[in-house]
Amino acid sequence: MEVARYWRTTKQRYQLLGEKCPQCGRRIFPPRDVCPICGHEARAPIKFSGRGEVYSYSVVHAAPEGYEKFVPYIVALVRLAEGPLVTAQLTDVDESEVRIGMPVEMVTRVLREDGERGMLVYSYKFRPALPVGERASQSDALPAHVPLPKANGVHRELLPQAAIP
Amino acid sequence: MRDVSIVGIGQTPVGEHWDKSLRELACQALLAAMQNAGVEHIDALYVGNMLSGELTAQEHLGALIADFAGLRGIEAVKIEAACGSGAAALRVGYMAVASGLCDVVACLGVEKMTDHQSSTVTSALAMAADAEYEALQGLTFVSINALLMRRYMHEYGYRKEDFANFAINAHANAVNNPYAMFRSPITAAQFAEAKPIADPINLLDSSPIADGAACVILAPTSIAKEFTDKPVRVRSVAIATDSLAVHDRRDPLYLEGGALSAQKAYAMAGVGPADIDLFEVHDAFTIMSALSLEAAGFAPRGHGVRLAMEGEIRLDGRIPITTMGGLKARGHPVGATGMYQIVEVAQQLRGEAGLNQVEHAQLGMAQNIGGSGATVVTTILERI
Repeated sequence: MEVARYWRTTKQRYQLLGEKCPQCGRRIFPPRDVCPICGHEARAPIKFSGRGEVYSYSVVHAAPEGYEKFVPYIVALVRLAEGPLVTAQLTDVDESEVRIGMPVEMVTRVLREDGERGMLVYSYKFRPALPVGERASQSDALPAHVPLPKANGVHRELLPQAAIP
Repeated sequence: MRDVSIVGIGQTPVGEHWDKSLRELACQALLAAMQNAGVEHIDALYVGNMLSGELTAQEHLGALIADFAGLRGIEAVKIEAACGSGAAALRVGYMAVASGLCDVVACLGVEKMTDHQSSTVTSALAMAADAEYEALQGLTFVSINALLMRRYMHEYGYRKEDFANFAINAHANAVNNPYAMFRSPITAAQFAEAKPIADPINLLDSSPIADGAACVILAPTSIAKEFTDKPVRVRSVAIATDSLAVHDRRDPLYLEGGALSAQKAYAMAGVGPADIDLFEVHDAFTIMSALSLEAAGFAPRGHGVRLAMEGEIRLDGRIPITTMGGLKARGHPVGATGMYQIVEVAQQLRGEAGLNQVEHAQLGMAQNIGGSGATVVTTILERI
């Protein structure tokens, strides 16, 4: 498991940090520093709201290595409120309840694990948007809701705490 | 620039070749093609392959295969563009001959996939997607295609069973192809009852993992008759690209790379979709057939499935596709697939397609797709 590889993208995965093109105004996620539409340099960071709706979805039964213990899991393309599509898993929802167009919001969850003693990788997932009154505030959405399958301390320490919003 | 023709073809049966290694499959197809062209020497070998490093712990295929085929010393390199590797190798070979740098070259596609359990192959195939923002999220290639198919059905109002004829047609054509993996017909009822693997995709929407190798020999058209009575002219072979990730596309339901590469191929050949007599599509999943037919201009957007529903894709239809079984039933050894398509179009244009012969076939086209559409290679071949 290449720790640095995952560390490099924590801002994107924990905070949904993207970019805005100064030329055409397009919101970009994932960040790529060059606007995919107009080709202008685009390095101005913006934080996405995490709200969006389901563009399409499916369920993975035959998982790649490292994801086997999570099957079946729902994958989706989510249209973020700011415009971009993002590929992500849906969580806290049964497959039968998912619909195209369903409003969703971002949460942070375990994405994969690398064996018994390996690193846990956390990322954005999306759950059905709660009614406004019930919406978790930014402060308690994390890390209280993050399920740690093996919360043995070792895994917790591997998490770069400062990167959690 | 010189005009280029295919002067020899070779292929191995597609299947689970537990008794054959990657190098053996490659050499079998290469030597068959060289024998077919009547050549004992070639100037260069271009090997299309996606997963030899991951699944066989073997890279450096150019030199390896050249050596084991008795061609030690020649120019030989591997070309990689995910599932588009096979036809990408044709493009490189075409440039070598057209430019005058080489006279006789071999373009080979080879893949060895069945030594592993499916989770290993699933992970390996996912490398064609964006590693940091698709594969990391746990997506597989099946699920990426399922996302596209569900949205397509949603936007255009199709049902799952509307896609059945893509698979039924492919299986019907594979029956008469001795190199195909699944030589048995399927029915609409079997399609409807097939096991779901990533809803809305079921087992019969999907092409099988397989081993295989296919090869063509290229030479300048001016001397092509020295090698064969039935040269097949390469009118064009064009590569275009799109974003690796589906979420980065302007419209996920439009294969912009497919449209660009088809437009380049049509322009280079000076023809249009109406001139094409048969079309080998990249039917890794039924949804890809629909998207490819639309991108290549055979159907307006949202109407690709309609061509299948109305029987226009059959051997006697308006635009026959997957004429030897396609990825679905001939099998999909990923890095070899593009070269199988080329070999099969050449068989049609040489009049060697047996019971599947498309009558009066003059111009044939193939579209080989890497990943979910990030690399698309369109090839137009002509009978001369």
